Amino acid sequence: MSTRTGPEPFTTFAAPALPIDIANCDTDQIIPARFLRRADDDPEYHRFLLHDLRFDAVGGETDFIYNREPYRGARILVADINWGCGSSRENAVTALLANGFRCVIAPSIADIHYANCVRNGVLPVRLDAAACATLRAQLHANPGAEIAVDLESQSLSGPDQTRYDFEIDGFDKHRLRHGLDDIAMTLEHADEIDGFRADYGARRPWLG
Amino acid sequence: MGRTLFDKIWDDHVVHAREDGTDLLYVDRHLTHDLHFRAFAKLEAAGRHLREPDKLIAVPDHSVPTTAKTVADIPPGEMREAVEVLAAAADRLGFTHFPLTDPRHGIVHVIGPEQGLTLPGIFLVCGDSHTSTHGALGCISLGIGATEIQHVLATQTLWQRRPKRMRVTVTGALRPGVTAKDVILATIARIGTAGGTGHAIEYAGPVIDAMSVEGRMTVCNMTIEAGARSGLVAPDEKTFAYCRGRPFAPEGGAWDAALAHWRTLRSDSDAVFDTEVEIDGSEIAPMVTWGNSPQWATAVTGRVPDPGEAGDATTAETMRAALDYMDLRAGMALSDIAVDKVFIGSCTNSRIEDLRLAARVARGRRAVVPTLVVPGSGLVKLQAEAEGLDDVFRAAGMELREPGCSMCVGMNGDMLQPGERSASTSNRNFRGRQGPGSRTHLVSPASAAAAAVTGRFADVRDLLEEDDA
Repeated sequence: MSTRTGPEPFTTFAAPALPIDIANCDTDQIIPARFLRRADDDPEYHRFLLHDLRFDAVGGETDFIYNREPYRGARILVADINWGCGSSRENAVTALLANGFRCVIAPSIADIHYANCVRNGVLPVRLDAAACATLRAQLHANPGAEIAVDLESQSLSGPDQTRYDFEIDGFDKHRLRHGLDDIAMTLEHADEIDGFRADYGARRPWLG
Repeated sequence: MGRTLFDKIWDDHVVHAREDGTDLLYVDRHLTHDLHFRAFAKLEAAGRHLREPDKLIAVPDHSVPTTAKTVADIPPGEMREAVEVLAAAADRLGFTHFPLTDPRHGIVHVIGPEQGLTLPGIFLVCGDSHTSTHGALGCISLGIGATEIQHVLATQTLWQRRPKRMRVTVTGALRPGVTAKDVILATIARIGTAGGTGHAIEYAGPVIDAMSVEGRMTVCNMTIEAGARSGLVAPDEKTFAYCRGRPFAPEGGAWDAALAHWRTLRSDSDAVFDTEVEIDGSEIAPMVTWGNSPQWATAVTGRVPDPGEAGDATTAETMRAALDYMDLRAGMALSDIAVDKVFIGSCTNSRIEDLRLAARVARGRRAVVPTLVVPGSGLVKLQAEAEGLDDVFRAAGMELREPGCSMCVGMNGDMLQPGERSASTSNRNFRGRQGPGSRTHLVSPASAAAAAVTGRFADVRDLLEEDDA
């Protein structure tokens, strides 16, 4: 039998946060395509996150905010609209995790990236654009400031202790809180899947 | 109340419905490609089994150099490793795989419909966001991530929450020189790249009805660029004619049974969509993108917009950054922008009709910039050769390559050099998408050919008029 477990459970998380002032920051920015064949445990993986914004053509560091102290220690990211749009590459989440990020806050998060976050124990939080802009401004004004997130109460507190409530799908919350491996849960429905398969094969015989 | 087409197909695949609104759906087809070459060892390491090997079809495309005819032509390294490991997994686990030497080889979203693997009414998944393409045949198709892939391999099912439904109705009729690519670029420009987030989009209306099945694939392909994971079009007689006789399509009595079901696949007249969008197809011109988001597109006759006129400060700042990256000035005519390279290909625009559109413009003209024409499959290439399109491209100084993702994504050797500018029929103009520092403008195959022969973003309608004169 498998000993594989799901992602690390998410309950509460408090950490310094990184503001990313890029609208529509796509997954090609989060991790360029040329790194997608690398193994998840590649020791260089942490460098792939936002690589072309952080490093120049010869590998030198740019003045991008994540290269500056104390932002290097950030483990929560506050972004702008449509974070994670584009490719379905789950490598984008792998790159976030390789740098210790457990939470992404943005006014909108692309659907596939959102699903990939949830399945890897990274909490995606949608807050309205004004709240995200306020948080980013506070993080610029107070480098290294922390955000504290509580999944159970579906709330977070900003650097100035202002409380923000957020919505999350009940099943996604359940998965994140318990670090669930979907496959193990699904296989509890194995008989139902077999039953569906038999019925479906009779209804749609051309699909074999 | 009536149901939408999307709901009818969804409801047909529900294995288990949770009270919180998430459903366990049965997957009819799982397509995969070389970037998921590690998925199988991961599955095995977790002590799991491929539940239904006959539902899985694999093809290498992202990591295939378009100069390679066999694996031996791929330089040793991670590209070749990805292709070889995928092939070995297919052998070991017993799923269908089309190697480079097979004429059925090509881009995963081209070969699915081409082989009859994609059929109306099915639920199809693939670890690639452009899986939305397949919905053009009237099915639900969904791009998924690596963890979801593991789930489908092990269970042949997927947990999903039903998205909202949007209908995009394209009215009127397209004018000459305007293509399916222009329709979807105009749609994205209208609703924005997050406009479809949380939705599935059904495309309808006279323009979609009149469009070929391949044109509908181009529209559905870029649905993800509008933020929606799934796009679809109700299947009609054109769809059925397209599917008939394809290798994996049903035959005989099974075909008749399938057809009877497929004819029921349309949104009821009283079905309610969460969002309705209407676009006048008669007003659409050939489109060109100017920024680093597909929504930043305008008519080829237009000008680069002024960030100062943007509605809000964030948009203005993002536009300024894009113009800086793209090395463009506000107010300049798009037709004054010179290109360095032209790419005709990708899962958006590499089917035979796309090559015909490009060849029509290229015929009797010479490309003045390097131009790559990359067919979506070996069969598309053979068809192009049978029609003499290869001669047209060769005479125009354009290079016809072997099938693959090519210059759509800078990871297989085909790419721009830093600072170079392309006219590209692909789907993403993101920073660095075609290689670090690359500058991508998205256009139709006809407009790409026009850029190739003029060296700038010319209005293809002018060239077509010259031909008719």
